[in-house]
Amino acid sequence: MGRFVLKRSLFSLVSLFGLLVLVFFLSRLTGDPAALYLPVDAPQSVRDAFREARGLNEPLLSQFGDYLVNLAQFDFGDSLRRQRPAFDVVMEAFPWTLGLAGLTMALVLSGAVVLGALAAIKVGGVFDRISSVISLAAASAPDFWLALMAIFIFAVGLGWVPTSGTGTPWHWILPVAVLFVRPFGLVLQVVRSSMITALSSAYVKTARAKGVKQRAITFVHALRNAMLPVITVAGDQAAGLLNGAVVVESVFGFPGVGKLMIDSILQRDFTVVLAAIMVTSLAIFTMNLLIDLAYALLDPRIRY
Amino acid sequence: MAEHILEVRDLSVEFHTAGKVVEAVRNVSFHLDRGETLAILGESGSGKSVSASAVMDLIDCPPGRITSGAITYRGEDLLHMPAGKRREVNGRKIAMIFQDPLAHLNPVYPVGWQIAEAMRVHGMPAGDAHRRTIELMGRVGIRDPEQRARAYPHQFSGGQRQRLMIAMALGYDPDVLIADEPTTALDVTVQLQILRLLQELRDETGMGLLLITHDLGVVAEMADRAIVMNAGEVVETGAVRDVLKHPNHPYTQKLIAAVPGQGSIRHSAVGVAEPILSVRNLNKHFGTYHALRDVSFDLRAGETVAIVGESGSGKSTTARAIVRLDDADSGSVQYGGRDLCALSDKEMFRLRRDIQMVFQDPTQSLNPRMSVFQIISEAWRIHADILPRNQWRARVLELLDLVGLAAEHADRYPHQFSGGQRQRIAIARALAMQPRIIICDEAVSALDVSVQSQVIRLLDNLRDQLGVAFIFIAHDLPVVRDFADRVVVMKEGAIVEEGDVVQIFEAPAHAYTQALLAASLEPDPDQRGKHQRESA
Repeated sequence: MGRFVLKRSLFSLVSLFGLLVLVFFLSRLTGDPAALYLPVDAPQSVRDAFREARGLNEPLLSQFGDYLVNLAQFDFGDSLRRQRPAFDVVMEAFPWTLGLAGLTMALVLSGAVVLGALAAIKVGGVFDRISSVISLAAASAPDFWLALMAIFIFAVGLGWVPTSGTGTPWHWILPVAVLFVRPFGLVLQVVRSSMITALSSAYVKTARAKGVKQRAITFVHALRNAMLPVITVAGDQAAGLLNGAVVVESVFGFPGVGKLMIDSILQRDFTVVLAAIMVTSLAIFTMNLLIDLAYALLDPRIRY
Repeated sequence: MAEHILEVRDLSVEFHTAGKVVEAVRNVSFHLDRGETLAILGESGSGKSVSASAVMDLIDCPPGRITSGAITYRGEDLLHMPAGKRREVNGRKIAMIFQDPLAHLNPVYPVGWQIAEAMRVHGMPAGDAHRRTIELMGRVGIRDPEQRARAYPHQFSGGQRQRLMIAMALGYDPDVLIADEPTTALDVTVQLQILRLLQELRDETGMGLLLITHDLGVVAEMADRAIVMNAGEVVETGAVRDVLKHPNHPYTQKLIAAVPGQGSIRHSAVGVAEPILSVRNLNKHFGTYHALRDVSFDLRAGETVAIVGESGSGKSTTARAIVRLDDADSGSVQYGGRDLCALSDKEMFRLRRDIQMVFQDPTQSLNPRMSVFQIISEAWRIHADILPRNQWRARVLELLDLVGLAAEHADRYPHQFSGGQRQRIAIARALAMQPRIIICDEAVSALDVSVQSQVIRLLDNLRDQLGVAFIFIAHDLPVVRDFADRVVVMKEGAIVEEGDVVQIFEAPAHAYTQALLAASLEPDPDQRGKHQRESA
């Protein structure tokens, strides 16, 4: 097991380094940073000083070396707009996104697994029909529309929850509810089909011949076998949320990474954008590692 | 007269599938007493497994529906019992084991947990269930049960898995054990061990054993009484001796006549012709596993060499190395004055048409999206010089006729055929190349006995008509006895014995060959245990 974790971690590190190279050189391809950061009418002397101060006159490779050395100390450079380390700015926003993603995915998984499993027990039955309609509608609903409708109905119309911002638990309800919809629809579909396969397998027949109750057959025998594809899709959806739920965070004024990135791009605050990309990538790589571990925990054939 | 422990009366089951109703079981009746073994004998689609599933309440409704009949256990009607009470019977009073134990064990839970579960669900405390599990695992012959209980199904061999399934069924000393093809996927020596174990357990516990099988050898070995099913109906019933020796129904007679390995052994017509294929010192490793160890043998023109051995013996690896589907690590295969192992891919391509293969499962080896015409004529597209395009149609029809199929079959697709017909298509495809050698890798193993004998007869005719030489890979000794000229016996990647078919079957020299023959079951009750006695 230890070896397995180590191997997967090393692979993750390699991918992470690849991403780093990509991000660094792509950002340089977008043009001269001095031109991006400074006002259009900045005099040449200011530009030269800017370049000198940030080491932009060095060869590209040695700039990359410096960048790596700084990165190792979590130094992404200062945010140009906020006069603070970019890393600190990102780390302020990141917990909000993490919380949003974590809470949403927890609800998605528990909801989809229960409803999907119930639907699979009786294909074509009541649960199955309900869940088919829900999953289809949910998987195809655009989130900006949902967000606006939710604000319109529940915040403005009924006044049950605040329209935007943070502060109380009530502020989380609408963003989580809106983010929940699409992943729930997708994961529900996967749980259903994967459970149908598992429930028709030979080992389920054995369990029935042993006299195991239907509930235990569904949630003990079949579910664990059916979870592998579910985790794959759920991980994919979670990665999307970690990336920053740009639309939802913007609409609800939620101070997460998605909103931060959009703001920083509009303000040309590229140090913050780079730092945000690196932090979220690190989070996604960590999550993928956890998913691999979950595979191994669920299925002993992967472990050995 | 004492009440039967299990009784099935006038059972009918139908399945509702897309647009049509299939009557899988029609008016089937049988009974089972304590301490006896009843065999339900039938080919695929005969309804034998459906009957057993009905007893265990394992038929999915829909699509299945029990339309009439009664199933009683100790006089209690199982079909009209409340679900909770019905569940109490399963695993506790009536237990079941299945074919393919790997699929029937849950891959993600330790085997000990799964065996103990069979007792826990009926209320046994976890500690007692665990102790009983260890005891049962020891009883069915799993060594070091305390340790092995924590292992997962994929860490056991096929025979061990079936032992685990049996242990799982025995938790409460059930009155009835239903065994659905319990040894079908197992090697012959393992099959015999499992059957012996079942016999011992039946005698020990006094349970009734309901044995579902397609194998007359298993019936002769195990059963007291037998019923024969065909197309959903019971066609014959009686004591095993009567059924096998004096069958009344034409179907039973046909089935018994089709069993391979009867009558006198064919004498090889092949003299001392020059070998057309010489395999020399083939070696092959998969990682650290030594799959082939110095395998050498000759094949003469028009001759059939059978390679027999149990799973993992290297039979298929040898075949794959000869046609270079996998390259051997060392050794040579001399054919037409050249070493196939040393040829470049391009040179090998030209020689490929001479050596063709027919695989075990025609459902997998025929492309489902190609028509029979396309499947057979594909060879001529690849090797363009064999036949001009305007003659393809005529030649395909000729080949279909040769393998016993009709002209109208040419434009159908593989799923529209039965297993035996599909294997005929695979043979026609091999013949399209006009090969000098055909390698049959377990080509008749998946077929029903009656179909098997037809396909063997077809291959026999082709050998006589076309002079094709065969390498015939099989684990089933009686089939080999009927078809081969010479036999090569493999074990753990090496050839342990080689000789004429008469010599191998009448006077086997190597202990392993003797063990294989001894484990092979005789369908004739009078011959039963003949080999066992001889080798003892």
